[in-house]
Amino acid sequence: MDKVIAEKKKITRSNLITFAMVIIAYIVVEIMINTGNVSSLFKGLLVPLCIYSILAVSLNLVVGISGELSLGHAGFMCIGAFASSTWSMIMKSTSMPEGLRFFIAIVIGAVTAAFFGFLIGIPVLRLKGDYLAIVTLAFGEIIKNLVNALYFGIDANGPHFSLEDSMHLNMDGGTIIIKGAQGITGTPKNSNFTIGVVLLLIVLFIVLNLINSRTGRAVMAIRDNRIAAESVGLNATKFKLLAFTISAAIAGVGGVLYAHNLSSLQALPKNFGYNQSIMILVFVVMGGIGNIRGSVVAAVVLTVLPELLRGLSDYRMLIYAVVLILMMLCTSAPSWIQYRERIMMSLGKNKKVNGKESN
Amino acid sequence: MMSFISYLLNGLSLGSVYAIIALGYTMVYGIAKMLNFAHGDILMVGGYAAFIALNSLGLPVPVSVLVSMVVCTLLGITIEKVAYKPLRKANSLSVLITAIGVSYLLQNLAQLIFTANPKSFSSFVGIEPIKLAGGQLTVSGETVVTIFTCVIIVAGLVTFINKTKAGQAMLAVSEDKGAATLMGVDVNGTISLTFAIGSALAAIGGILLCSAYPTLTPTTGAMPGIKAFVAAVLGGIGSIPGAFIGGIILGVLENLAKAYISSKLSDAIVFSVLIIVLLVKPTGILGKKIMEKV
Repeated sequence: MDKVIAEKKKITRSNLITFAMVIIAYIVVEIMINTGNVSSLFKGLLVPLCIYSILAVSLNLVVGISGELSLGHAGFMCIGAFASSTWSMIMKSTSMPEGLRFFIAIVIGAVTAAFFGFLIGIPVLRLKGDYLAIVTLAFGEIIKNLVNALYFGIDANGPHFSLEDSMHLNMDGGTIIIKGAQGITGTPKNSNFTIGVVLLLIVLFIVLNLINSRTGRAVMAIRDNRIAAESVGLNATKFKLLAFTISAAIAGVGGVLYAHNLSSLQALPKNFGYNQSIMILVFVVMGGIGNIRGSVVAAVVLTVLPELLRGLSDYRMLIYAVVLILMMLCTSAPSWIQYRERIMMSLGKNKKVNGKESN
Repeated sequence: MMSFISYLLNGLSLGSVYAIIALGYTMVYGIAKMLNFAHGDILMVGGYAAFIALNSLGLPVPVSVLVSMVVCTLLGITIEKVAYKPLRKANSLSVLITAIGVSYLLQNLAQLIFTANPKSFSSFVGIEPIKLAGGQLTVSGETVVTIFTCVIIVAGLVTFINKTKAGQAMLAVSEDKGAATLMGVDVNGTISLTFAIGSALAAIGGILLCSAYPTLTPTTGAMPGIKAFVAAVLGGIGSIPGAFIGGIILGVLENLAKAYISSKLSDAIVFSVLIIVLLVKPTGILGKKIMEKV
């Protein structure tokens, strides 16, 4: 019994460190901004840092905790972004207070993304491994493709949809909100660093608590051995679907932040394509699969790194690629790990030898 | 009716390119059990190599193709030795991320050397368009050559794997590495050979793709790479006839969807078909079912 309590204390302490880390980082950055030590480039990076951290935490829930490889996470971000942005555009002209409007936008983004996550999750989670990866990738691309072809407008008769062009909307006056490949222009800029950090803290709170709950343990048990978990009465499909849906909702929140950080929103391969999904996966793997704090750190480091290398202009993405490969080799290749351990041992020995000599 | 046949032929041609690229994916997956995300970028390198050989060095077409194949083969073997081999015993995710890193590396190297400006790729096929049905149907030389090349490659590859010792070694390694080693198969050599063949095929695919769609940029290989990957999965990853069938289905479907349903939604339609196929048959059309043991 003491062991269990000690274990629980350890988890609580680890979680507190994660929260403290985010809060301290926030305070330091705020002080730096107020004393004028922050370049405008870095200021523009603050909200994306929160967005990517949130997305990395969200994907880690699927990849690390639930053990399913998903390559379509940017699709949920896309859904959250467009759903919330549409809401904000509709409500922009009304007298609704800005704070309330943005709060509802966040809820709408999360709920819509969760809904699609649930719908996609039902068929997809039957597949395994690489097949699951390719199907999630396909879903991400379908979502991007559909959003790119979608026209949506609203007039006195209610909403109008079309997948052809703005003429097919049959609008009677009113405004066209989503203009196909041009996307949405004029979304109010409600995202800022403080809101981003608050949302990140809430997301961390939800995910960390989920992991250490009965549900989280069930999800991890299914990941480790599905057949054994099912034989003790856990419903594998239900728990996997739950994790997937929550993860989609969190990705949707990331999308809401993204949409309200820029004045024009388009579904490009760069922001919502499979490349983005892979970027998020890179954060998760670099930070350590299943390690939530690691995801946040990796997202921050790997977003800031290309910007720090900006002085090297053309070479920066090249260096980024090399760093990626070397990191993977150093942390995962058995021969490299052995080599590293040998160096560490010889260093340790030298110290001992030196110590003896000095005696 | 003529326009339908024309769309169908274009689809077959595009599908043949996908099939050639998908063969590389499927062989590498079968033997190394890894998704080689850099495969599409090897295709791009093949395109640039052929472009330089033909336009800058003024070499004749067959020599240029050969140069491109040699460059890609060496590149494929090098990548395998440096980046993938040390990770053979590591978990599949780290190999995936490494492959993504290699993909970024190749794209950015190409961008550094050739800049992001598109190069206009002159066709490698010197055959005049063939007119059929009294001039109502025109079939370009590229279409004919692409389809024939693909059929020859698939037939050759199937024979190679079933009839030669090296091909049998590939089958053995993909089935069980440990047992293959015990039987005296050179596992490392076989894996290198697989990467070499896959990369050489990517070079051919790249040249045929750029001949049909004559713009070459550092990201040329990305989308065809993903599509070919989808084709490989659709046909059942690891299976060579599967990659061929998957590629053809994908190409024809994409072209017909573009022509008759919506040009904007063609990608969505193609990916939807993949999802439906996988839900009905979770290992692809020709994939083998593997029973899970407790």
